[in-house]
Amino acid sequence: MSAASTADPAVAAPATAGSETMTYREALRLAMRQEMERDERVFLMGEEVGVFDGSYKVSAGLLEDFGPDRVRDTPISEEGFVGAGVGAAMLGERPIVEIMTINFLLVAMDQVVNHAAKIGAMFGGEVRCPLVIRTPNGAGNQLTAQHSQSFDGWFAGTPGLKVVAPATPADAKGLLKAAIRDDDPVLVIENLPIYKEKGEVDLDPEAVTPIGLAAVAREGSDLTIVSHSFATVRALRVAEKLAAERDVSVEVVDLRSLRPLDVETVAASVAKTNRVLCVEEGWPSYGVTAELAARVQAACFDDLDAPVERLGMAEVPLPYAKELELAAMPTEDRVEAAALRTLELA
Amino acid sequence: MPAVAAPTRLLEMYETMQLVRLFEEAAERQYKAARIGGYCHLSSGQEAMTVGTVEALQPDDLLVTGYRCHGFALARGSSPQSVMAELFGRRDGCAHGRGGSMHLLDVDRGYYGGWGIVAGQLPVATGMALSLVRRDVPQAVLCELGDGAINMGAWHESLNLAAVWNLPVVFLVVNNRYGMGTSVDRASAEPDLFKRASAFRIKGERVDGDDLDAVIEAAGGLLEEARAERRPAVLEAVTYRFRGHSVADAGLAYRSREEIEERKKLDPLLRTREQLLARGTDEAEIEAAERNAADAVAGAVEFAESNPAPELDRLAAGVYAPGSDAQFERMQPGSPIGERELVFDAGLGQ
Repeated sequence: MSAASTADPAVAAPATAGSETMTYREALRLAMRQEMERDERVFLMGEEVGVFDGSYKVSAGLLEDFGPDRVRDTPISEEGFVGAGVGAAMLGERPIVEIMTINFLLVAMDQVVNHAAKIGAMFGGEVRCPLVIRTPNGAGNQLTAQHSQSFDGWFAGTPGLKVVAPATPADAKGLLKAAIRDDDPVLVIENLPIYKEKGEVDLDPEAVTPIGLAAVAREGSDLTIVSHSFATVRALRVAEKLAAERDVSVEVVDLRSLRPLDVETVAASVAKTNRVLCVEEGWPSYGVTAELAARVQAACFDDLDAPVERLGMAEVPLPYAKELELAAMPTEDRVEAAALRTLELA
Repeated sequence: MPAVAAPTRLLEMYETMQLVRLFEEAAERQYKAARIGGYCHLSSGQEAMTVGTVEALQPDDLLVTGYRCHGFALARGSSPQSVMAELFGRRDGCAHGRGGSMHLLDVDRGYYGGWGIVAGQLPVATGMALSLVRRDVPQAVLCELGDGAINMGAWHESLNLAAVWNLPVVFLVVNNRYGMGTSVDRASAEPDLFKRASAFRIKGERVDGDDLDAVIEAAGGLLEEARAERRPAVLEAVTYRFRGHSVADAGLAYRSREEIEERKKLDPLLRTREQLLARGTDEAEIEAAERNAADAVAGAVEFAESNPAPELDRLAAGVYAPGSDAQFERMQPGSPIGERELVFDAGLGQ
C-alpha cells in the first residue's frame, strides 16, 4: 500500500527547557511549529492561514517557515477542505484544519459528524482518522447572531470525536499538541476573547496536556464552579472577587476536555465543597452544563447540599445592540449572582 | 474504436462481471430471507462500468465509492466471503459487522469505502489525492458517485479544490439515469453531466458504461493523465440499473417495464459474452468461468451463514483508537445506565 506509515517518527531530544510568558495565540502557534518540526505528516490548511497570516493571526509566520505545501491556503469551501483533511488523515497524515470560527464549521457538519467521527467504528477499526480541527467559539464583539455561537456541546455529544477546549495559553499549547499526536479526530475549540490573554507556557516540545484530564484551576472549599474555555476565565475572576468581598472560597475546575469528560475530578471537588455551579458560554439547554448536571447528580447525590446550578448564554440568537448582547451573555456579574444563589447567600 | 482486451483477460473480467451479477442476486435473496438488513443497493446491469473502471486502476491506486459498492469491492479483489459476511453483519466481514452493505472497504487493496451520504465521499477522495501529491506518490484516486450526487455542494467544492490544487483524482459519475426515482433530466439543469466538468476547466468525458472495452480505455486514459500530469477529470459512464434503487424499491414507480426490458437487451454480460465468442473463446471456457463465479457466490453465502456474530462485549471497539481507553477512564462516575457495560467495558479505545 502507498499509505504513509502510521508509526511515530523518531522524537528529537528537547532542545529547550524552561517556560516563557506568551499569549494564547502564540502558544497555539508554538504548538503547531513544534509539531510540524517534529513530524513531516503534520500540515495546516484553512482559509487565510498562509499569505494573510491567519484571520486571527494564530498561524502568523508559519507560511514563511514551512512553505505553501504545509501551510495551505484554501478557498472558502469548509465542507471541501474539512473533507480533504479527513481523506488525508485516513492515509496516515496529520492534517490540522483551521476553521475561521465555529459558526462556519456548520457548513462542514456532514464531514465532521457523518464522516470523521464515523470512520473508526463504521469501518471496523480497519482505518483511522487522525484529523485536528481548530476553531474559535465565543461572543462579545457585537458580531451578532450568526457569528457569536458556541456549539461545544453539539460536537462533544458525538461518539467518535474528541473535543478539547483550552482556557489558558499553557493548555492551548499542550492540548493542541496532544490533539495533533492523537490517532482520532479531535476538535480543538479555541476562543476569541482569550487569544490575547497571556500566561506561562512550558517550552519543552514534549510537554503535552493529556486529553481527558480536567484541572483544578483554583482551590477552594465552599463552592465548585465547573467551566471550560472563556467561562473558566470568568469563573476565576469571580472567585477572586468573592474571596475578597464575601470571604467565600470558590474552587474552579477547568474541564479542558469535553469528550472524554473528566467527571472524576469534578466529583472529587463536589465531594469537598458540596455545591456546584456549571458555567458555559453556549446555550445551556442540551449543552455541556446539562451533561455535567446529569452526571454530577448521579455521581455526587449524597454530597450535594443544593441542586446543581448552571448558567450559560440566554437562549436567543445573539442580538447586535451592545446592551442586549451583554444582557444575553454569562457575564461575570451573572456568574457571581449564580454563585451566590448556589451558596444560598443571594 | 477502443482497444480490445486480450481474450484471456476478457474471460477473467467476464468471470468477475458474472461474480458481481450472481452476488447481487444472492444478496437480494438473502435480504428477502431477512439474513441481510438495512439498505441493500444492487448494481445489476452496471457490471461493465464497475469491472472496467477497476480494471483501469493500478495496484497502488486508491478507490473510493458511494454506497452501491458490492461490485467495486469484488472487482477490486476483496474476497466474496468477506463481503457477504459483512452484508450478514458477521465477525469476519470486511468491516467486522460494523458497516454493512454501504460501508465495505479493503485497505490492503486501496479501497477506502463504501460511503453512505450522497457526495460525502468526494471531499474525502480529494483529500486522498492531496496526500498522494504531498507525499509525491505517483498514483491516482478513482472516486465513484451517482448521477444524483452531482447536484450536491460537495461536488462543486471538491472539483474546484481538485482543480485549483492540481490533484490526481478521477470523478466517476455513474449515470444510471435515476437518482432514486428522480430522472437525470428532472434533477440536473445540464443533463449532459460530463459537461459540468468544464465549469472547473478540467476534462470531462462520457462513455458507454455497458461497453467494457470502451470503459477501460476511457478510465485508463483519464487515470493515466491524473497520475502523470496531476490533473483531475470527470468520467461519466452511462449505464442502467436493472433493479430498483434498493432491494426495497421495485423500481417501477418512475420507469416502465418496457424501458427496463428494452435496456436488458443491452445487458453488458450478454455483450461481453458475445465479444468472447467473437474473439475465439470456447463456449466451454465461458461456461467454466460462469461456474467459477457461481461457486464463489455459493461459497460466500455458506461462509457468511456459518460465520459468528460480532462479540457483544466488543460493542465499542474501533470507535476510538487503540490506547485511548486511558483517556476515558475518568469519565465513568455518574454514567447513564449501561454506559459502563456497553461502552467503557466493551472495547472503547482498545
